[in-house]
Amino acid sequence: MTQKVVSTTINGEPVQFLSEPGGSLLTALRDELGLTGSKEGCNNGNCGACNVVLNGELVNSCCVLAMEVEGADLLTIEGVAQGDQLHPLQNSFLENAALQCGICTPGFIVAAKVLLENEPDADEARIRHWLAGNLCRCTGYDKIVRAVLDAAEQMRQPAAT
Amino acid sequence: MVTKDRSSFKVIGTRPLRPDGIDKVTGRAQYGADIRLSGTLSGHILRSPHAHAVIKSIDTSKAEKLPGVKAVVTGADLVLPGKTLDELPDLSANVLAGRKALYRGHAIAAVAAINEQVAREATRLIEVDYEVLPVVLDVRESMQPGAPILHQAMRTRTPSGPGDAPSNVVAHTQVINGDIEAGWKDAVEIAEGDFSTSMVHQGYIEPHAATATWNSDGQVTIWSCTQGAFPARERTSTILGHPISKIKVIPTEIGGGFGGKIGVYLEPVTALLARKTGKPVKIQMDRDEVFEGTGPTPGTSIRAKLGATKDGKFVAFQADLAYENGAYGGSAANYATMCITAPYDIPNFHLDAFDVVVNKPRTQDYRAPSSPAAAFAMEQLIDELSEKLNIDPLKLRLMNAAHEGTRGPTGMPYKRIGHEEILEAAIDSPHYKSPLEGPNRGRGVASGFWFNVALRSSVNVSVQPDGTVNLIGGNTDLSGTRASLAMQLAETIGVAYEDVKPTVVDTDSVGYNDVTAGSRVTFATGIAVHEAGNKLIKEMTGRLAETWQVPVEDIEFEDGTFKTKDGAKSGTFKEIAQAVVGRGPGLTASGSVNAGFLQGGAFAHHIVDVEVNPDTGKVNILRYTAIQDVGTAVHPSYVEGQLQGGAVQGIGWALNEEYYYDEEGRMVNSSFLDYRIPTTLDVPMIDTILIEVPDPLHPFGVRGVGEPPIVPPLAAIANAVARATGVRQYQLPMSPRRILETTKDVV
Repeated sequence: MTQKVVSTTINGEPVQFLSEPGGSLLTALRDELGLTGSKEGCNNGNCGACNVVLNGELVNSCCVLAMEVEGADLLTIEGVAQGDQLHPLQNSFLENAALQCGICTPGFIVAAKVLLENEPDADEARIRHWLAGNLCRCTGYDKIVRAVLDAAEQMRQPAAT
Repeated sequence: MVTKDRSSFKVIGTRPLRPDGIDKVTGRAQYGADIRLSGTLSGHILRSPHAHAVIKSIDTSKAEKLPGVKAVVTGADLVLPGKTLDELPDLSANVLAGRKALYRGHAIAAVAAINEQVAREATRLIEVDYEVLPVVLDVRESMQPGAPILHQAMRTRTPSGPGDAPSNVVAHTQVINGDIEAGWKDAVEIAEGDFSTSMVHQGYIEPHAATATWNSDGQVTIWSCTQGAFPARERTSTILGHPISKIKVIPTEIGGGFGGKIGVYLEPVTALLARKTGKPVKIQMDRDEVFEGTGPTPGTSIRAKLGATKDGKFVAFQADLAYENGAYGGSAANYATMCITAPYDIPNFHLDAFDVVVNKPRTQDYRAPSSPAAAFAMEQLIDELSEKLNIDPLKLRLMNAAHEGTRGPTGMPYKRIGHEEILEAAIDSPHYKSPLEGPNRGRGVASGFWFNVALRSSVNVSVQPDGTVNLIGGNTDLSGTRASLAMQLAETIGVAYEDVKPTVVDTDSVGYNDVTAGSRVTFATGIAVHEAGNKLIKEMTGRLAETWQVPVEDIEFEDGTFKTKDGAKSGTFKEIAQAVVGRGPGLTASGSVNAGFLQGGAFAHHIVDVEVNPDTGKVNILRYTAIQDVGTAVHPSYVEGQLQGGAVQGIGWALNEEYYYDEEGRMVNSSFLDYRIPTTLDVPMIDTILIEVPDPLHPFGVRGVGEPPIVPPLAAIANAVARATGVRQYQLPMSPRRILETTKDVV
């Protein structure tokens, strides 16, 4: 099969890569672009470890064809921190001990970021509903939910001047 | 062995950030599938579509001719010189099958090719001629005469010697304590039941992945997301007949294991393909391969009977425990005999345990192996007795609880343990004191036990020119052990946590370490860390004596400060280290321990409130509290995380999870969607209560904490369901279908 060039924007940078017609976005990110922060847990949309943001929407990158991101704007876990400044969610996950093995963490952080940007007042029930597509086997979710609640509170504070 | 007054801890008990944290929240951490070597070939494994079949022949010629295919290997490639395929040991045959496929998903052949698509296509071109055999999937059926035999050469190991005919029973273990007949005579109330649990999977989110290179000089390097780089090296060496000294295993970050990443699957296969091709080879499993081709934990059948006096004293216990070991032998039931009575002082018991093979994947450990299913039986019998005797279920447990001096699971008396303390904490807990009202609701409690597996650990420490200390270890970090070990070193040598830099290295770079499993790393490796730290202090004291020109005996080390007895000279660890390292040779020390096997013991107790929907049969968890004797909580947040994570795995085991087979032995739910581990929506917050009864076997009183919290949930939830519906649950999972079936006449 012939590979085709896909032009897109990832984490603010214009990017071009080659893909097979049937190749997934996850495979392109990991194998073509070396962005291995997006993880493969199931390759069928069950676990959320490969979550990325596609034109503002949360998607499982294993279920998106690489060809579909032509001209799109993508955010992956690698673009969540600004330089050496961690995102409040990343800090909150560390401070709340919300990760154990850490394999699901990139997906949870990307998913939670989309939620809090759209719904800064999300409560526990809403957070649990939103994150039901992200599987974690280590934590029992308690500390993850608390980390997202904490980050939400921090993100609601007006920026320090 | 407790050397330090706990109130003086400066680092232990605090909650610093983990050193590997930033890499893990930014996506930089390198897990098994993230390893990328130049020129790597992709591998893929052909798996048996049949649960039981003779492999009459394998024709790989078409696959080998496919453009892009570089090598194909089968079980024949694992036959060592002078041996035949019929003699392939179980360890090898589970990696690539020999004469028989023993479960669906059993690896038959592996391909290395220029990319994954070609490798997958090539596996489809491999022609295997199978003679399909009858399957046996149920542990009790497999024990019956006339059951399809998996291994013609297998003879049951029994207390009176090996059996005389082929059997699927690997071993019959008997454990007898006291006088069981006298016990039954004293028993006024008896509870008994026939309990069964399904095979379940650890469900780690990261599929297995390995990458190997094989150089022309025979030097092999393997990157793997294993729980134990050293055991993986040993097993790979055994399987391939290649010297251990020529194999280096580099552990990557690991995306969960829970016991399931102790065994080897891909390591020897990637190495074999690398030898054949001369190129790096990488294989990553798909999720269905993880379910079907790795090692879940046994399904069980336990028939048990518990007797008590009218005052509630347990006087007799008898159990017949049968554990599915999957396709090859194991010793899960043997562990169960040690765990099932461990929380209690029972003077008379008689246990018969059977390890049994069935046409399912070879089982592996899963967090407190054997104990949850054993507790599912025992803790329900206790609940039933508490109802019959009209004694509060916690008080009934408390009056029978094991304590220091009680016969422990290995037959030796317990040293200091905390089962009584956690039961008292449960009685006093806000959860247990709160009322539970409303229809279809019930509260359940249960206790659970696990050892510290202990075993062997080695670490190196070296002082840097700025006075900080590098801590080099060989245990993969599943959940924060870099932090918990660095904290113990900091406590030992009196420096700040931030001044210790822990690193996990490969098998060439540190002494032997057993697996990261069995609640052993913070415990046993912690002992090695403490030893290394003390050696460092001793070495520094010696050098300091020369510098200060005083006798060694005149130098004291306390609270991180070296000083002469007269107080004339003093300096902190960091100051002295900078001075000493600045002038002298490098300052290093090592710690190596064999902390024994199955040491100590940790107890958990869980309280759960449930609501059973009478229309759908769904069980909702309303409130959950996990209480545990954690010895010393080195990093309390990470300890709480162990309790919460274990509890939720137990909730999944209790309510949802099972290997669901069709009659031919095909697992029909081998995806996360269909197998369905708990999600955020299935569970509430998990409250934790940490009780600290120091373990006398550890310098800081540490107990392993990872295993016990998965033990109580199965029984606690069953007890809650029984109290909510009036119907006891003898079978897991308590899925909506099963709840509806068992309660249709009453709810």
